[in-house]
Amino acid sequence: MAPRLKLFLPLLIFGVMSIFLFRGLSLDPQALPSALIDQPLPEFSLPVLGQDRMIAQQDIAGEPALLNVWATWCISCRVEHPYLLQISADGVPIYGINYKDEDAAAERWLAELGNPYRANIVDRQGTLGLDLGVYGAPETYLLDARGVVRYRHVGVVDERVWQTILQPMYAQLVAEAGQG
Amino acid sequence: MMPRVLSVFLLWLLSSAAFAVIETYEFSDPELEVRYRQLSLELRCPKCQNQNIADSNAPIAQDLRKLLYQQLEAGADNDQILDYMVARYGEFVRYRPRYGGATAALWLAPVLLLLVGIVLALLTVRGRRKKEQKSSVLSAADKQQLDSLLKKTEKNS
Repeated sequence: MAPRLKLFLPLLIFGVMSIFLFRGLSLDPQALPSALIDQPLPEFSLPVLGQDRMIAQQDIAGEPALLNVWATWCISCRVEHPYLLQISADGVPIYGINYKDEDAAAERWLAELGNPYRANIVDRQGTLGLDLGVYGAPETYLLDARGVVRYRHVGVVDERVWQTILQPMYAQLVAEAGQG
Repeated sequence: MMPRVLSVFLLWLLSSAAFAVIETYEFSDPELEVRYRQLSLELRCPKCQNQNIADSNAPIAQDLRKLLYQQLEAGADNDQILDYMVARYGEFVRYRPRYGGATAALWLAPVLLLLVGIVLALLTVRGRRKKEQKSSVLSAADKQQLDSLLKKTEKNS
């Protein structure tokens, strides 16, 4: 390398580092892709909240749906609850996982705030949560018609998250299900 | 001044070991307890992402410690336990990731950087040595010029 060009080496290194660091500014360091993406929902057989029956993974399959992990002790769940009601009113099937909660408190919550869920899976011990890789409520899983996990969102589902991330994927899954 | 700062720091180090212990498990075999310690230091808490599950107070870390205890007592080996965790939380939960695929860069980067460093150091040393040699030995033309300059100064003085 010509000695003149060598002088530009630090500038070059700086440039490359800037590109990477600048990219880092817009990445979410907390974002953690689910290990279950493109894998079927883990097997389970758990009671349904407020009903005298059990529910298993195949009961949820059939059409694309959201699977929302929530609990009454979870403050952010209260924040996203009204928006879930709205999505569900638009016809999106939502199943709930009542995660490490008490049945009575959960039933009171649904009676007071409204119930956006088709059914709620009672996961008192957090075993299903563990198999799903849940690490904090609220989490929302997007399932396709075959019951395969296609996406996981950690945190509150609000207007922005739904419009920019979940709704487009959901619409695509509905189209997929229509073809197959 | 300095000894006091040092002793405070040492005290802090000692006490941090005290608040790392959160709950205790009774192991049927002391060897299991050793493996429990080692694995809980090596597994990363998915919620509080810069802590291992031994350090973290998060409910999920508590659950994972309990699970770890149960699996150890059930006779699972380390690979089985790690596979179980990775299947649920991804390669992310391991502070010592498996070699291969996306983690190859993590494992190889330090070796590569070390090699690059050694090569650069060797090149610099060699370059410097060459320069020194050059400057200490005069070419014939330089010698002639030097001689003529010296003669000139002698004449002038």
